[in-house]
Amino acid sequence: MDAFRKGFKMGIPIGLGYFAVAFSLGIVAANAGLTPFQGFLTSAVMNASAGENAAFIAIRESVPYLQMALITLVSNIRYVLMSFAMSQKIDPKTKMIHRFILGYFLTDEFFALAISQDPYLDPYYSYGAISFASPCWAIGTAFGIVMGTILPVRIVSALSVALFGMFLAIIIPPAKTSRPICILIILSFISSFLMSRFTPFSESTSTIILTIAISSLGAILFPVKGEQDEK
Amino acid sequence: MKNNIYIYILVMGVTVFLIRVLPLTLIRKPIRNVFIRNFLYYVPYVTLSVMTFPAIIDVTSNPYAGLVSLLAGIYAAYKEMGLFKVTLICCFTVLILEFIF
Repeated sequence: MDAFRKGFKMGIPIGLGYFAVAFSLGIVAANAGLTPFQGFLTSAVMNASAGENAAFIAIRESVPYLQMALITLVSNIRYVLMSFAMSQKIDPKTKMIHRFILGYFLTDEFFALAISQDPYLDPYYSYGAISFASPCWAIGTAFGIVMGTILPVRIVSALSVALFGMFLAIIIPPAKTSRPICILIILSFISSFLMSRFTPFSESTSTIILTIAISSLGAILFPVKGEQDEK
Repeated sequence: MKNNIYIYILVMGVTVFLIRVLPLTLIRKPIRNVFIRNFLYYVPYVTLSVMTFPAIIDVTSNPYAGLVSLLAGIYAAYKEMGLFKVTLICCFTVLILEFIF
């Protein structure tokens, strides 16, 4: 239970960040014609920022159901990679049910929390964080649908960067001590900018291509984990 | 014809569940391949970086406000201010800059 309490504490700033981000996502959902309950339900089921954003836009465009499945697959494909990585962080003796629950709630932030644990993740550490932050996500979305339309554009614009602030808080601290991570972040910024300005690929397609290309490059140039194999 | 939103939610819910849970449940032993281990180690940093820029300058009303917000966020994160503070600093930077310009 100590792990749960520790996780819960970590979940508070994540939850507050989630609330702000989910709020801005609620504005997108409102434009797609979702009711606050439907927005709440979507967030409770999906637990995904970029993925939900793409889905709400698809709902607005009334795409066929099969296309919705494809959009969901593409906009969330990075979770396949995270899920693979996470599989290495779970003690092989851990019960199957924990893998299901951890998978269901696998987000960028909970992933970052999980991989910071050494050598294996105690599932209850994640559950602590999830128990606070996940409801914030769903409630924030519903709240955004209710409030988003009556807030001034300026506030909405400011809230929309919350998501990226959260990402920076995850990627920058490790870059201080790891030169390879630092180089890969800079490389990612530059190539992502070039992709968005000079190629016809959508944002989610670019994300997939660049993630695979740059992570492979990193693995070839900076094999840091190689020596840990002997452990 | 307008499609049913609940069916949409069901479709995306099932898809995203399979994406997240299948690798986690099927692979229960440590991966030995050095390349794959290193690749997976770098994935989250690269994905989050790619999603952050240039999106941060595209979502704000004024792209320069987004750019300054990015720099402020990097500085705050570098100083290890934590998730919530960094997020707040990014938001307030945009709020203040867009108020002035």
